[in-house]
Amino acid sequence: MAARLSGGENRLVSLPLSRIRVIMKSSPEVSSINQDALFLTAKATELFVQYLATYSYKHGRGKEKNALTYSDLSHTAEECETFQFLADILPKKILASKYLKMLEKEKRDGEVGEDEEDENETVDEDVGSQDQRRIAS
Amino acid sequence: MAERPEDLNLPNAVITRIIKEALPDGVNISKEARSAISRAASVFVLYATSCANNFAMKGKRKTLNAGDVLSAMEEMEFQRFVAPLKESLEVYRREQKGKKEARKDKDKKADSEEQDKSREEENDDDDERMEEEEQNDEEEVDN
Repeated sequence: MAARLSGGENRLVSLPLSRIRVIMKSSPEVSSINQDALFLTAKATELFVQYLATYSYKHGRGKEKNALTYSDLSHTAEECETFQFLADILPKKILASKYLKMLEKEKRDGEVGEDEEDENETVDEDVGSQDQRRIAS
Repeated sequence: MAERPEDLNLPNAVITRIIKEALPDGVNISKEARSAISRAASVFVLYATSCANNFAMKGKRKTLNAGDVLSAMEEMEFQRFVAPLKESLEVYRREQKGKKEARKDKDKKADSEEQDKSREEENDDDDERMEEEEQNDEEEVDN
């Protein structure tokens, strides 16, 4: 653990409670939140950030490069059940060219159905199973 | 309360600091990874709130309390957070109690300070904490 302590770092909770409250209250069914619940949610969010970061770093591919990258995070959301709820906001990235080919393929499959062999091998198998796609160029 | 979508974001500077403290020294965190974690944290808050709210509703209570949040953690499969959260809550309650007493009677200030020393030293600034944080946020965004 890298403890970088410069002034004011040693607090009980470092996320602003006011902001946490705004986010909690944005949920329409919530009417009121007591102070303990607010504090606990803020603290839990902090633990969550630490856990998500360390988990993704340990299980990610950036480890040898000494880096934490987006794909490490989306990989975590996909692979780890506890983090599955993040899958929608951390979609796997694929190249635009691949995505276009997939679209083409889908279109063709829809029309003809048999014509699958054509450019199949250029698209990663696992990418095809993703519901959420983000386009990277 | 949340009028703009940015109101649902957590301060980048604070999130970055938490990540850096959690990872070994010298690990490079891409900007994209930082903003992704920040978004994930906001979603976590909403998810936890919704779970906690279900527990409150089951108990026919309108106000979310500490027990609801702890139950939510279990349900979300973040059991590992429960013990550290309970510990922090203890300290937090003591701190709040200390502050109340200090306000009631300033002569007793010495007492509460003594309590607080065990944990942190800059407790006097506590009340200004939120404003400070908001400012920091604006100053250090994306560095």
